[in-house]
Amino acid sequence: MKTTILKKAFWILAILLILIGIYGWYIRLFFGHTEANYGNIITWGLWVAAYIYFSGLSAGSFLVSSMVYVFNDTKFERIGKLSVFTALVTLLMALLSIWADLGHMNRVWYVMVYPNFKSPMAWMIYLYSTYMLLLFCEIYFLLRYDFVVGKKQANFKGRICKILSLGSNDTSEKSRMRDKKIVKILATVGIPMVILFSGGVGTLFGVVSARPHWHSGLFPILFLISALVSGVALVTLVSAIFQDGFTKNKSTVVELGKFVLFLLLIDVLFQISEFLIAYRGGIPGHIAGWDIVTSGQYAWVFWGWQGVIGTLIPILLLILPTRKSPVWVALAGLLIAAGIFGLRLNIVIPGLAVEEIHGLTSAIFNHRVDLHYFPSISEWLLTFGIIGFGMFLFGLGEYFLPKSEEVTEEH
Amino acid sequence: MKKENIISRREFIGQLTKIGALGLATYVSQKAFGSTETATNNKQKHRYGMVIDTRRCVGCRACVMACKAENGTPLGIYYTLVFDEILQNKPSDKPIYMTKPCFHCQKPSCVDMCPVSATFKREEDGIVVVDYDRCIGCRYCMTACPYSARWFDFGENYPAVAENTDYAAIPSPEYNQFRERKPHTSPIGNVRKCTFCIHLQDEEGKYNKKEGRWPACAKTCTAHAIFFGDLNDPESEVNILLREHNYIRLKEELGIEPNVYYLI
Repeated sequence: MKTTILKKAFWILAILLILIGIYGWYIRLFFGHTEANYGNIITWGLWVAAYIYFSGLSAGSFLVSSMVYVFNDTKFERIGKLSVFTALVTLLMALLSIWADLGHMNRVWYVMVYPNFKSPMAWMIYLYSTYMLLLFCEIYFLLRYDFVVGKKQANFKGRICKILSLGSNDTSEKSRMRDKKIVKILATVGIPMVILFSGGVGTLFGVVSARPHWHSGLFPILFLISALVSGVALVTLVSAIFQDGFTKNKSTVVELGKFVLFLLLIDVLFQISEFLIAYRGGIPGHIAGWDIVTSGQYAWVFWGWQGVIGTLIPILLLILPTRKSPVWVALAGLLIAAGIFGLRLNIVIPGLAVEEIHGLTSAIFNHRVDLHYFPSISEWLLTFGIIGFGMFLFGLGEYFLPKSEEVTEEH
Repeated sequence: MKKENIISRREFIGQLTKIGALGLATYVSQKAFGSTETATNNKQKHRYGMVIDTRRCVGCRACVMACKAENGTPLGIYYTLVFDEILQNKPSDKPIYMTKPCFHCQKPSCVDMCPVSATFKREEDGIVVVDYDRCIGCRYCMTACPYSARWFDFGENYPAVAENTDYAAIPSPEYNQFRERKPHTSPIGNVRKCTFCIHLQDEEGKYNKKEGRWPACAKTCTAHAIFFGDLNDPESEVNILLREHNYIRLKEELGIEPNVYYLI
């Protein structure tokens, strides 16, 4: 009874977010960038932060699934399919966010026909495209058997399964072994790909020598680690709420809690090292970005959101006796996943919010030549819409994906 | 016998793929890590640059206006700007004025960032340009420019040249393309920048000061503080100035060798 209320609330929230998101997309598509608040100084805003955040979630979730399908980790076996699904949904969210950010959305395919191999961004786009194809293939071979079995149902679900099975009818043991083999290959190929693209986003920022806040050798590693933290944290949360996981995935959630704590501590270590080196070096250009992060107008994002909510409370939850309770572990997952979004904002915006030449923003008075940035309503709404879209896909997955009991039965 | 044949064919195809992969890898790595600088230097007929005399600049901002009038840039886009600053370690409180176009660097950091090669340094004269029809508007080059010389066209207009007014129909001569300003069409949604007014070049790629085919800011400067010319020509005005004066270039430490010099 309680779960049906929660489910209803989930669907209502998802649809509500999509509806307000439609307004954001309407503004974006019909009025271009005029309603966005980023400018010529802070050239990237909320959408870029959302993109690196969602892509990080995808990388982390994929890692969990690879532990199952490559390293045969039995602890996480129950959530293998779920984490591949999470990786796919969050990747789609990431691509939508960055697509909206382009000045000419219709020209996105130019990267394929006019490649520039010197551009880290071009490499990222190739990697994402390949990774997306890989995820679609992997999820198909993971679920092919379930779809073929599901076809036999006479209801709506059966019809959907028929479409998704892509005409396959084979339920033999041999075909299932073949699927397993293909999944293993795809999951293995996916690991270097995930490392390349989540480190690659860090490279995209790190190579920009004009922005001292980004220009650090630690950046690719930092991006990789925080991507893994956020992704595993999200999988922890999702496996607790997905398909009654709350009661059924108990031990998996607790195990994931240990894993995410380990990753989070490494992430904190890297961030402290980045912070300390910048401040001890004391070069004004290098600490200008950090000054904005730690004592600027939005310092609460760093200390409150990222520090207390995203790091301190989850660490406590995961080392105190609450670590044994899936409720608290799932909550810690939620907090960590939310906290990393603060981290993403604090990478993109402070790196740009510094005058490259002193006096730039006072040379002219224009709202596009400004060191202050807060996302506009249409930027927020579009991002909420993408979150709603993601929730909607999760809802569909909840309904269509094979229940986790069936998963354990198989093995 | 037949079996052997199949194996050798396989081997042959395998070898072929290996050679192909090797070729592709060499091509990609050459593209990715090879130096553009040597390639451009050989072919570069002209190296256009500027010498800006900060001692002469009075901060009137006529260059900013001239640039706007010449290129028809919309609200929020300034190919050149004038900074005024009171330097902390100077004995007098007389401000320093400085105008800042795009520096058309020898090793531009923006060009290599573009995922679609929409922005590039022209081989013949080293001017860094943007192909409006190719630019996807990702703004990566803007983050990469250490001088904030790149501007995104958000599609905003001055009230006088707003849509449906007579002024809006006047095309911009930029790149000799004469584009009319309409929503959803380039250059709206593109990154724009100073081009040293290349639409004023003749067929041979030469400017002429006497005929008025000269970058608008340099032509207008009331205090004669902006000098423009070919840095490859040893007798050009800019080279004579650089020989006879002390100059600086901004952010020399980044190694991107800007082609705009300041006399101080």
